Amino acid sequence: MTTTAAVDQVFLLIIAISVALLLLVTGLMLWFVVRYRRSRHPQAEEVKGSTALEVAWTLIPTLLVLVMFWYGYKGFEFLRRPPPGSLEVTVTGRMWDWGFEYANGKKSEKLFVPLGRPVKVNLRSVDVIHSFYVPAFRVKEDAVPGQESYLWFKPQSMGPADIFCAEFCGERHAYMISQVIVMEPAEFERWLAAPSPTEMSGTEAPSAADAAREVMEEWGCFACHSTDGTESVGPTLKGIWGRTVTVIAGGQVYELKSDEAYLRKALLKPSDELVKGYDDLMPPSELTDEQMSILLEYLKIL
Amino acid sequence: MGSEFHASYLDVPPGGGGLKSWIFSTDHKRIAILYLISILAFFFVGAAIGILMRLELIAPGKTLFEPSTYNALFTLHGVIMIFLFVIPGMPAILGNFFLPIMIGAKDVAFPRLNLLSWWIYMAGALLAVASLFTGGGPPDTGWTFYVPYSLRTGTNVTLAVFAAFVLGFSSILTGLNFITTVHRLRAPGMTFFRMPLFVWAHYATAWIQILATPILAITLVLVMAERLFGIGLFDPAKGGDPLLFQHLFWIYSHPAVYIMILPPMGYISEIIPTFAKKRIYGYKAIALSSLAIAFVGYLVWGHHMFTSGMSDTSRWIFSLLTFLVAIPSGVKVFNWVATLYKGSIELEPPLVYVLAFIFLFSIGGLTGLMQGALATDIHLHDTYFVVGHFHYIIFGGAVFAFMAALLYWFPKMTGRMYSKRAVWVALAHQFVGFNMLYFSMLILGMMGMPRRYYDYLPRFQTLHVVATVGSWILVAGLVVLAAALLRALRRGERAPANPWGGVSLEWTIPSPPPEENFSLPPEVGEPYDFSKGPAR
Ligand code: HEC
Ligand SMILES: [Cu+2]
Repeated sequence: MTTTAAVDQVFLLIIAISVALLLLVTGLMLWFVVRYRRSRHPQAEEVKGSTALEVAWTLIPTLLVLVMFWYGYKGFEFLRRPPPGSLEVTVTGRMWDWGFEYANGKKSEKLFVPLGRPVKVNLRSVDVIHSFYVPAFRVKEDAVPGQESYLWFKPQSMGPADIFCAEFCGERHAYMISQVIVMEPAEFERWLAAPSPTEMSGTEAPSAADAAREVMEEWGCFACHSTDGTESVGPTLKGIWGRTVTVIAGGQVYELKSDEAYLRKALLKPSDELVKGYDDLMPPSELTDEQMSILLEYLKIL
Repeated sequence: MGSEFHASYLDVPPGGGGLKSWIFSTDHKRIAILYLISILAFFFVGAAIGILMRLELIAPGKTLFEPSTYNALFTLHGVIMIFLFVIPGMPAILGNFFLPIMIGAKDVAFPRLNLLSWWIYMAGALLAVASLFTGGGPPDTGWTFYVPYSLRTGTNVTLAVFAAFVLGFSSILTGLNFITTVHRLRAPGMTFFRMPLFVWAHYATAWIQILATPILAITLVLVMAERLFGIGLFDPAKGGDPLLFQHLFWIYSHPAVYIMILPPMGYISEIIPTFAKKRIYGYKAIALSSLAIAFVGYLVWGHHMFTSGMSDTSRWIFSLLTFLVAIPSGVKVFNWVATLYKGSIELEPPLVYVLAFIFLFSIGGLTGLMQGALATDIHLHDTYFVVGHFHYIIFGGAVFAFMAALLYWFPKMTGRMYSKRAVWVALAHQFVGFNMLYFSMLILGMMGMPRRYYDYLPRFQTLHVVATVGSWILVAGLVVLAAALLRALRRGERAPANPWGGVSLEWTIPSPPPEENFSLPPEVGEPYDFSKGPAR
């Protein structure tokens, strides 16, 4: 069974009960209002309390809610048990994009998965709370900093499925979206074995700038920084090298000249020295050493 | 009772009239009017913000605002509607006016404290307004202030949180006042089980106000301390836990839903018997279930956290408790409908509003079941479904009940009757607009549209357009109703003491009531006894 089917069963059950109850209550109410309107029924009659009736309308709903609880619980249990042999992917939430990493170290910006194989998503966050949500598979779980969580699903048909961030996480929350791309298993294996674009070398060696931009793309830097001088959530990176920056650290404000040591720190521990006038929003980067040097070279020439 | 000899509470008091005679009055009725005006002013501001948000969402991409502005708008909408409108408004407006009268008292137990509560409310409201224009500008966290985002954003969360903290004191003091009033000031003969259900509902609410609000206060102080001194309670990098905040926040904010809905349930329990001319069905069950809801409501906060990463065991326990707490509310609906059975029903505006309430509130409750069940909530959590659901409960439930109650007691409070034709027009617009707006949200949520999104994928657009158009129709209905009532203040016919043939004590005194409410101790009989005809 798929997660979609498991959840939809419970939906059907609860919707059916709800519609029946709504029709019952509204129907009775309207019928009484028409049947006992003043012009037709000028004298109200006292109705004796009926214990049987009250017991019935307490017990029947109690039974109904217990049934709903039970099926809700069973469906949930299914959602919490990834089948053995699931493909594991580590998903990192950061303001404001998702990063996907496979067991072999392959990274991507969309979640590529093979058709028909269950996928277990291990969730983490590097900054604030995000929530990984794939409506098509009816699954969602928060990515909480300092905590690990997971969910799983099984893609049963081709075609992309949207991934949303469901927990409000700041200015570009609505753009923290990605996609699940379902592939034929063989095609997926080929894709998984091929190196990530940033690691690509050989004939079509990309220029240094292109490589750096790839890195920035992968880590979502452009969500907050421009390279053309426009201000955004963070300061523009144009002319960053050698510029005089006013920073706040430990309650003190001072000026410094941006150099390699400063930039390294700004990337690894952005909260330690905050650029004055900006919020403490930048996620600490998890760049590999190689990516770090590519990036630093690029920042020099921007 | 010879009423002509007593000045109405609206007349110019001996010390002179003017604003001072209002903002320094300790008369519970004048304080109720102060609350009414200030709280409704915020309601209209909140509604205007809602309209702006809907306008932004009429099409994908940017329509009017930048994302940061939109984020501030939905935060303001929530903060205003929750902390400045529904939580104070449901108990403090009509409760202040009618709770003392219904138990035959001349005022609340601590009239000056009552005035202080209003002043504290105003101070909190002012701070909230100040948070928009100072520091880093309006907060953009949503009314839930979830950490760590609320600790990192540069917007003025600290001041906004402090405003909510101050508002909490107003709520606590009102609760304290009502509880003491009910215990100490009941007229001779007014035993607990002769109290109207309105009083029971406010009594239960008051307990939640004094027991739950301190938890919110503490939580908010912790957020301020985190922002100002970075102690690290909620910050995992320093050994803290972001989920701790969510637990603390919902331990208050779930019971707070009952602060919003119990008083309206009390209004409904007064209105239905009056227009069916019949004793309420299951008086004791309704009275005691109010108390039961107030206390058991503490145990279900975790259902706001089914996807938070909380342990699987706690998830199913909270799911089970949530379902069990739903039963008393459901039973109340059955009781109300059963009260209509064999009544002699007159379809006056307050009752028709009540019928709308029962329908909308039922949808709110039933959609709640889908979120109480674990498997389905995983899909629905933090989507538009949740937004639709709680608007069905709070707007369709609490606010429709409030409008019913306002229409029911307006003649008593003002001594004037409104145009019923205008009210029918208002209700028709409100009902149609409401369902277009919020039923679309339910469907959007089922389709997977997350909440608090500035922008959305094109496939969601049709329903967003329906919702936005619905918001215009709904607001037109609200404006018509407000206009009808404002017009009635000046031009409305004089209302008699008992226009609807009610039997509770407020109908035994003139409209508008005299300053001291009762000149002689009122005669107290069984509640909802229509066999002797309308109260005189
Ligand atoms: C969530 C938004 C966000 C993301 C994503 C982000 N940053 Fe930042 N960044 C900021 C903010 C805000 C500041 C200023 C405050 C501070 O110093 O932390 C900043 C500061 C910086 C600075 C120091 C700038 C100066 O003027 O001194 C550098 C360099 C930088 N970021 C580079 C990056 C790189 C490279 C990436 C991608 C790996 C990145 N940022 C990702 C928000 C972000
Ligand atoms: Cu997010």
